[in-house]
Amino acid sequence: MLKGHLPLWEVFVRGRRGLDHKHIGSLHASDAGQAMKSARDTYTRRQEGVSIWVVRAEDIHASQFENDASFFDPAEDKVYRHPTFYEVPEELKL
Amino acid sequence: MNKNHYRYVLRLGDNALILGQRMTEWCGHSPLLEEDIAMANCALDHVGRARLLLSYAAELEGEGRSEDDLAFVRSDREFENFLLCELPIGDYAFTMARQYLLDTYHYHLFTELVSSSDETLSAIAQKAIKETTYHMDRSRDWVLRLGDGTEESHERMQVALEGMWNYTEELFERDPVDVQMIAEAIAPDPEWLHSKWQADINATIKKATLSVPEKKWSLSGGRNGLHTEAMGHLLSEMQHLQRTYPGLSW
Repeated sequence: MLKGHLPLWEVFVRGRRGLDHKHIGSLHASDAGQAMKSARDTYTRRQEGVSIWVVRAEDIHASQFENDASFFDPAEDKVYRHPTFYEVPEELKL
Repeated sequence: MNKNHYRYVLRLGDNALILGQRMTEWCGHSPLLEEDIAMANCALDHVGRARLLLSYAAELEGEGRSEDDLAFVRSDREFENFLLCELPIGDYAFTMARQYLLDTYHYHLFTELVSSSDETLSAIAQKAIKETTYHMDRSRDWVLRLGDGTEESHERMQVALEGMWNYTEELFERDPVDVQMIAEAIAPDPEWLHSKWQADINATIKKATLSVPEKKWSLSGGRNGLHTEAMGHLLSEMQHLQRTYPGLSW
């Protein structure tokens, strides 16, 4: 009998050449090889992708919600960080 | 009509259809959600292949029958698949062991059929070989995992192999149909397939810490319409809609 779940993996799929990999879902698998096959069958069976990444969910370190105030709020009033205060030369304008 | 040509293609189609039907039985019942989806995908590959082959068989027969006629209104005595394809699914070890034995067989068969003198068969093989390469990769993986897994999974995989071993000789039999197909360069020699198959299977069984079963006796007959008792039950489920409402379509 299977006790508990197999390790959780996050799946990233690149839809077309030239695009970046996007998180598409997750699955359970005992190792990377099995995760890759399951990802192929679960997430690309309708031609959704040309490349797959699988990553052990426990290897992803995510920012924590309780840190949001110190992490993200300070950027709110720093509009000068956007390169919008430069005069773009005529020749470069599209 | 070249009766032997028709029967050769029909047999390929029947193997794909009956094995595909067995695989669909796991839909909603697989041991893991991921496996459920993967098994259904692979089952549909087999059914898709069956459609191509049975359509072509019907064309070769030239009596106005369609792929659906061949799939849904023939009786068990008219099916010419290997007995191995129709055996009940058993546990997951039995299912994956059977998949592996047949995927490996199909891998070598389609590799050869790509260069068949029959252009239609060659085209079908070119499509099928891509699917089969993945199927074999997947089923070999499970033979290795279960064989070299826990004590229970090892035992189950060994029992599965023992249980189906006596049905494997049928894959490599040669009758007048095969003799003519070989002569016309339409199909490869089953003896050649046997040696390729045996080498692969032996290597995987060894790697999986399992042992190659001893062949004590051999059962065959499927290719001449003589089936196991499981076949009638399979057909009654697969065919009941067309039998009850002839000609019904989506």
